[in-house]
Amino acid sequence: MKKVAIIGIGQVPVREHWDQSIKALAVQALFHALEDANRDEIDGLYVGNMLSGRLSEQEHLGALIAEQAGFPGIEAVKIEAACASGAAAFRQAVLAVASGRKKCVAALGVEKLTELSGWHASDGLAMAADADFETSLGLTFVALNAMVMRRFIFEHNVKRELFAAFPMLAHRNARYNPNAMFQHEISLNQYQQAKMIADPINLLDSSPIADGAAALIVVPWDDVRDQHSAVEVLACEVATDYVALHDRTNLLHLAGVEQSTKSALKTAGLSHRDISFFELHDAFSIMSVLSLEAAGFLSAEEALKKVQEGYFDIGGTLPIATMGGLKGRGHPVGATGLYQIVEAVLQLRGKAPTPLQVAEPRFAMTQNIGGTGATVVTSILKGQM
Amino acid sequence: MSAILKPIKSVGIVGYGAYVPRYRIKTAEISRVWRDEQDRYHLPIKQKSVPGPDEDTITMSIEAGKNALKRAGIDPREIRAVWIGSESHPYAVKPSGTVVAQALGIYPANTAGDLEFACKAGTEALQAALGYVGSGMASYALAIGMDTAQGRPGDALEYTAAAGGAAFIVGAEAQALAVLEGAYSYVTDTPDFFRRNYEKYPQHGNRFTGDPAYFHHIRSSVTTLMEELRLRASDFKFISFHQPNTKFPTKMAQELGFKPEQYVPGLLSPKVGNTYAGSSILGFTALLDRAQPGDRLLLASFGSGAGSDAFSFVVTERLAQVREIAPSTEWYVQRERSIDYSTYARWRGKIRK
Amino acid sequence: MDIPRYWRLKDQRYRLQGTVCSSCGHYSFPPRIVCPRCKSKALRPYEFSGKGKVFSFTVVYQTIERYQDKVPYIVALIDLEEGPRLTAQLTDVDAGDVQIGMPVEMVVRKYYEENTDGPIFYGYKFRPAIPF
Repeated sequence: MKKVAIIGIGQVPVREHWDQSIKALAVQALFHALEDANRDEIDGLYVGNMLSGRLSEQEHLGALIAEQAGFPGIEAVKIEAACASGAAAFRQAVLAVASGRKKCVAALGVEKLTELSGWHASDGLAMAADADFETSLGLTFVALNAMVMRRFIFEHNVKRELFAAFPMLAHRNARYNPNAMFQHEISLNQYQQAKMIADPINLLDSSPIADGAAALIVVPWDDVRDQHSAVEVLACEVATDYVALHDRTNLLHLAGVEQSTKSALKTAGLSHRDISFFELHDAFSIMSVLSLEAAGFLSAEEALKKVQEGYFDIGGTLPIATMGGLKGRGHPVGATGLYQIVEAVLQLRGKAPTPLQVAEPRFAMTQNIGGTGATVVTSILKGQM
Repeated sequence: MSAILKPIKSVGIVGYGAYVPRYRIKTAEISRVWRDEQDRYHLPIKQKSVPGPDEDTITMSIEAGKNALKRAGIDPREIRAVWIGSESHPYAVKPSGTVVAQALGIYPANTAGDLEFACKAGTEALQAALGYVGSGMASYALAIGMDTAQGRPGDALEYTAAAGGAAFIVGAEAQALAVLEGAYSYVTDTPDFFRRNYEKYPQHGNRFTGDPAYFHHIRSSVTTLMEELRLRASDFKFISFHQPNTKFPTKMAQELGFKPEQYVPGLLSPKVGNTYAGSSILGFTALLDRAQPGDRLLLASFGSGAGSDAFSFVVTERLAQVREIAPSTEWYVQRERSIDYSTYARWRGKIRK
Repeated sequence: MDIPRYWRLKDQRYRLQGTVCSSCGHYSFPPRIVCPRCKSKALRPYEFSGKGKVFSFTVVYQTIERYQDKVPYIVALIDLEEGPRLTAQLTDVDAGDVQIGMPVEMVVRKYYEENTDGPIFYGYKFRPAIPF
């Protein structure tokens, strides 16, 4: 297998793009990435997306975006793994290049959650869960995570307010990210008064859904022309778990995160200490806490304590959500995994907005989770700075 | 040929179960909304039961049926008919019995058509079940009377239109908790209360529903039953009549020579309202909850349109052995959660969107 | 109308029919094809008693389209007494009275109706266990 490099990144701002179709968003991000990579051609396109069929009545995104972008004929497919679709597409791009079969491919994530007006996005997201035995009974994605959060609070006997520090951190960082959906901070007071969606998860515990597109250009390391800005992909590992929450062996343990992280660290030949920052999947504050624990960084209780002390801030020991994460930057579902990697690359190149730049980052870990933890894609990237 | 309806094989009730939802709305609350409580000294009953937003005749029949099965202690597949009488079948076409049979494990070798005869649909089902088993066609049959009655907002009947009912498994005398002595059905064309296809609420003839309807039909069925069986009022331990309110069944019972200790135990409408097809039979289950071996029980329904079914049952030793296995009727009656008119209107679909 | 799918699931929805492994005795609900414990394929149908305890729960205030008119409602993770855990709505109980650990039992209730002219879907929900 060949060494793999990311040489170009592209993203559109995360927001409600009423005026842009799914094709337009995708092509924009792809062109930004090609420009950034200083390349004209790709021979493979891997599109991560979850809801185009349900919301835009459009499947077949691989072929569609390829021809819209001016590359009819190339290998192109849509990859779906719920909210992990983006990183899952990245995985396919990495494999295509590592295998030696492809010379220059794009991994693209795109999502248009505002395609239908009304409640439909919520219905779409619920498809990440078990249709027969979760969704059809009235479970929403938020409700599932709320049950996890409630059980956690019960078992660990902690105050709900402690979780506020995570969305607050995300917003503090998002403020300086011009592509982030939110550009304002939030206070503890606002958190405590926020509207309940499914008790105990309120509006400020949950990442916002919106439209977005992000892309990467991936080539064999041997073909890298500008070594300085290239980022090496040391690992990209996918693990799955039982889809339905009630089938998990331990409700509060994200087994998929544990498995995927261990696998990624092993492939990269690194340990937790080596990771400079962690773009985790903070769809909900409870998920941040459980991810940090299952990934092996520190226990959930410790994470809840340390977040209050700045442990995860830009200048802290383990920065997370450096550009706002899912909560601050936004969660355009199928595109999120690619946004995480785009942001990690910016950091590793030293090109993050100044207040958000992690000092001398070497190794980045990104983690994209599908559903309530049933698909987990963990990637480790190495900067050249 | 005798007027009495009684099958060749001796049959009886081998299992019974009640169901009343937990929600109640006080009639004073309804009066507050519609009449500024002007009639608060003339309310027909204290409160009525309201089905929860996830309940209907099918779900309630499933629970009553489960209770009956527990008491009967039989394999559900031995039941060969599931007949549900109601004015509020969830489907106009697709019998409630098909869902209830599937849910109780009674499928697939059974019949399951719906019955309707206003408030006596439940006893119509019971008559049919008695005949089915009594003829030897089936070892067991399940007869249910259940309703989620809808009252037209602001109408007098809104005070009493309630939800609930009962299920009976009919089987051979040898296993019966109460054996059938005889039955009699009396029916005429009397349009005291009816509902046309596609109409949401029924029409009723106000005072016409009294003497020419309720009183005439129950008087006729019960008097004939008692004469043919050579029984007097004092031969019965307890009775349960159709109970649309407190006044009618009390007046009827007294006219026919029954005393309060005979009719009060089965008179549930003051606390739960008129459960329509479930009414007389729900009262009857309350009697089964307390009757002793040898007690004779009278059940008489009234259904608008109109008719009355009257039955005489005699309790066996077996009743006391099985009645504690499932919730008593009193348990359901006592289980109360009061709601206000706005919640009631929302749940009962009375708010136009 | 998702009638075929609903119809296929009725034994699960109405009578909590799952599977038990003939090799190792492990219970599963919903039914499985492969035993999650020992990977055997020798699974037989098994009807659960319906008795269980609340493991976690939440009150849903905003939801998917088909349940819009039902909010707020309670959903829970329930541990059945035979072992498996399942997800279901709670009914006949006020949100303030639900506790982790409380004993519950299965009842069949209405899930939703497809408008006024479509099918009605029924299935399991759980209510506080009654003493019978």
